[in-house]
Amino acid sequence: MKKIILLALAALLLQPVFSQSEKYTGAMKKYLAETDSAMAKADMARLTDISAAFERIGDAEKNQWLPYYYAAYTQIMFAFIKNVPAENDAIADKTDQLIAKADALEKNNSELSLLKAMNLSLRMLVNPMQRWMQYGQQVQQHSQDAMTQDPSNPRPYWFSGVSLKNTPEQFGGGCANAKPLLDKALELYAAFKPASELHPSWGRQVCEKEAEGCK
Amino acid sequence: MNTLKPLTILFFLALSPCALTAQTTVKGLIKDNRNNSIAGASIAIKDSYDGGTSDSAGRYSFKTYEKGQQLLVVSIIGYKTVEMQVKLEGTVVTLDVTLRQEITELSAVVLSAGTFEASDRKRAVAVLDPIDIVTTASGNGDITGALKTLPGAQQVGETEGLFVRGGTAAETKTFIDGSLVNNFFFTSVPNIAQFGRFSPFIFKGTVFTTGGYSALYGQALSSALILESIDLPERSSANLGLSVLGGSLGYQHLAKNNRSSGGASYSYTNLAPAFAVIKQKQDYSVAPNYHNADANFRIKTSKTGMLKYYGYFSSNKLAFTVGSIDSLGYLDKFALRNTNHFHNLSWKENLPKKWKLMLGFSYTNNQDNIESGMQDAGKRDVQLTGLEAKNFGFDLGGNYVNGKGVLEKKWKGLNALRFGGEYNYNKDRSVYTAYNGQDYPGSFMETVSSLFAETDLYATNDLALKGGLRAEHSRYLGKYNLAPRFSLAYKLAKGSQASIAYGIFYQNPERRYLPASGDLSFMRATHYILQYQKVLNNQSLRAEAFYKKYDNLVKTGMTGFTEAAVSSAGFGDAKGVEFFWRDRRSIRNFDYWVSYSFLDTKRDFLNFPYAITPNFAAKHTASVVAKKFVQKLKTNFNFSYNYSSGRPYYNIRYDGSGYTFTDRGQIPDYHNVSFALNYLPKIGKQNAKSFAVYVLQVSNIFNIRQIYGYQYSLSGHRKETIVPTSRMFVYLGAFISFGVDRTEEVINNSL
Repeated sequence: MKKIILLALAALLLQPVFSQSEKYTGAMKKYLAETDSAMAKADMARLTDISAAFERIGDAEKNQWLPYYYAAYTQIMFAFIKNVPAENDAIADKTDQLIAKADALEKNNSELSLLKAMNLSLRMLVNPMQRWMQYGQQVQQHSQDAMTQDPSNPRPYWFSGVSLKNTPEQFGGGCANAKPLLDKALELYAAFKPASELHPSWGRQVCEKEAEGCK
Repeated sequence: MNTLKPLTILFFLALSPCALTAQTTVKGLIKDNRNNSIAGASIAIKDSYDGGTSDSAGRYSFKTYEKGQQLLVVSIIGYKTVEMQVKLEGTVVTLDVTLRQEITELSAVVLSAGTFEASDRKRAVAVLDPIDIVTTASGNGDITGALKTLPGAQQVGETEGLFVRGGTAAETKTFIDGSLVNNFFFTSVPNIAQFGRFSPFIFKGTVFTTGGYSALYGQALSSALILESIDLPERSSANLGLSVLGGSLGYQHLAKNNRSSGGASYSYTNLAPAFAVIKQKQDYSVAPNYHNADANFRIKTSKTGMLKYYGYFSSNKLAFTVGSIDSLGYLDKFALRNTNHFHNLSWKENLPKKWKLMLGFSYTNNQDNIESGMQDAGKRDVQLTGLEAKNFGFDLGGNYVNGKGVLEKKWKGLNALRFGGEYNYNKDRSVYTAYNGQDYPGSFMETVSSLFAETDLYATNDLALKGGLRAEHSRYLGKYNLAPRFSLAYKLAKGSQASIAYGIFYQNPERRYLPASGDLSFMRATHYILQYQKVLNNQSLRAEAFYKKYDNLVKTGMTGFTEAAVSSAGFGDAKGVEFFWRDRRSIRNFDYWVSYSFLDTKRDFLNFPYAITPNFAAKHTASVVAKKFVQKLKTNFNFSYNYSSGRPYYNIRYDGSGYTFTDRGQIPDYHNVSFALNYLPKIGKQNAKSFAVYVLQVSNIFNIRQIYGYQYSLSGHRKETIVPTSRMFVYLGAFISFGVDRTEEVINNSL
């Protein structure tokens, strides 16, 4: 009994340090799981909630870049799923702020470069004919950065491949051009090990599906 | 069991100390100051994970273990973030929060009366995109060409320039990066409209005002055309252009650090081959040919500062004969040589505390050599008795300097105060050589110094006001003027707004009528504008009504061979209504706009016997512009139709005591249908080292007979139509850019 009480006391004393990171990991895991299900159901309201929650975690933690990363990621996915280009600028403005916060904590990260590319392509979609001159180059630049910053990251290849696949063939898009990139992404996904269970590891299933559609 | 229970509780407590107290539910409603609910707002307990988001009805509710005094942060993009104290004690807290909209360019009403903007800025007033300037079929790749399809501008074909709301072309002034541009167009040639000197591709933004413009600009009675040059290019590239009219070469270099760029280009244009195929009314001994070169640099002087230089050099000439109206069997000869160089330097820098400095400087040197005369059928120079005055030479050399400085202070969103000064210096020397070889030298010097201030005030996102004042002093006139400007805009509903504008505008009498024999004043125009605008989901509608009053217009008389100003007793007015509708939504990949202007104007100026509708003003003007991109063909199809009802024409003659009409009437209605296509074969091509655009442009495709007016022989007995130099014109060109980029691939990635 005494032992148990001591143990409990010890746990109580150790608790502040222990539970802070536990609390962080727990909360992150919870919202990551919810992100997947909200995206699968295209539950837009829930995605907004989740993005706000990630942002709150980031603001409270102050030195973790992943919450801001996921806050931005969910905003971007929200915009891509909703697919109302006229609203993209407002969303991208918000996302830019989140990416900037993450960027300040984690420099030259491949995953963040990819988000920048994705965010800029949202802006371009508002009016592709007008904006490609301005944003096309930048999207390309950030995708390229993402590939060089971490050559083992499959997501920049996934993004380039999927974008290309959705481009009309007359414009150099289509499966024939997208397939090599998607294959490369799949190859990388197979070998990819996220740095922790909280680090980005999304995209494999979608990528498989896209590659499947390109046979 | 009994011993285990406290243990589990202990453990539970150890892991979540907060659980010692109960959770608090925080809930409420988020709304704006008009009591509309706001969805998607984030509500957070500061420095904790806890919080929620408002639903579509603006309601939120969340539970938190935090307790005591905490800070609740409510935020959403477009609104000012609100922080408020909240006491969490385990009971339900209900907290309704009212957010105030942030006043931003995106959400605020726009002071749009009399203003058309072509830019990528996210503003409702930007009814055109920059690319529209070059893809409007009737625009012929000229900046003003596309603007002529907008309401307010006339379809005048016999001379260059923008005739706006009953004003002459001289009443429209052009500004590049804030500085006034002299000789914006190539030197005038009788009855042949000239092109603008500058490529539309060097500008990223165009603001075309049809009235009521800002106090930062002056010396234009009717309209200011405000152009903003491009910033750093996206990449280094070399460009090559080939067309039926000539060729061009250019290179732009972007520094590795993306902080500076420089470039130069040269083009040679010669219309001889085109004129060999497309028969011209004139018989050219020297087909119009142009050597144009330009150079630029752009340097980021800091995170927000930008220094830009653009320099332009041109040497061009032409000479032609045309059957003389004055003497059958003889020819009228006209030859022009022009050299022009223009330098524009501008610097913009943000200063601390939301101050901003803008400096602009431009210098122009222009030399014209004109030779006019008569020839016989064998093209030998002749001098005919009674028509000696038709043989003359005219050399004009001018230097023009414009300097401008503006300081801007912004506060609370979009509120701004701007003030500064402008200085214009014009000096020219001319020599008129009469038929007998006698030289008549002349010179003219004028400076206009101006001070101005204006303020933008945004009471809310829905109400904005601009007030401005401009004072000018003319050295030549020896007079001051004071011009107040005022405009107001009110948002009626989402996407729709009403605006009014009022302003007084002064302009010096035109140089060509100076020096004057009498005392002159500034010409003056007073504008009143009423506008309704609705922009929603890629559709824009605009309706504008205006009244414009002219005072102190120049009246002229004959002094020797020339028509010169005698007084400032001229006057006039103009009123009208205009509509503009653009739709990019109804039909996929199809974009069109329609504009219509009604104009009722009369004026008594120059040699008019009394107030009449001037020959450059049509009652009804309309344009339809359509664009369609066909992906399969990688081709952009552009079409435009321009219409104007018949303009009046007059033959005004001096009868010894005064001016009278010897003939007057109305020219037929004007119709023009133009077509252009741009083929982009490399679009989307991966790893392409080059990007090419092929252009085919046909103006007046239906070969409709167009009449611009009439000209009369000196005797007044003969009358001839003024028509375009050729009915139809076909232009074919290829533009290739070699770059190290794969931009096209990228765009298409995301199309």
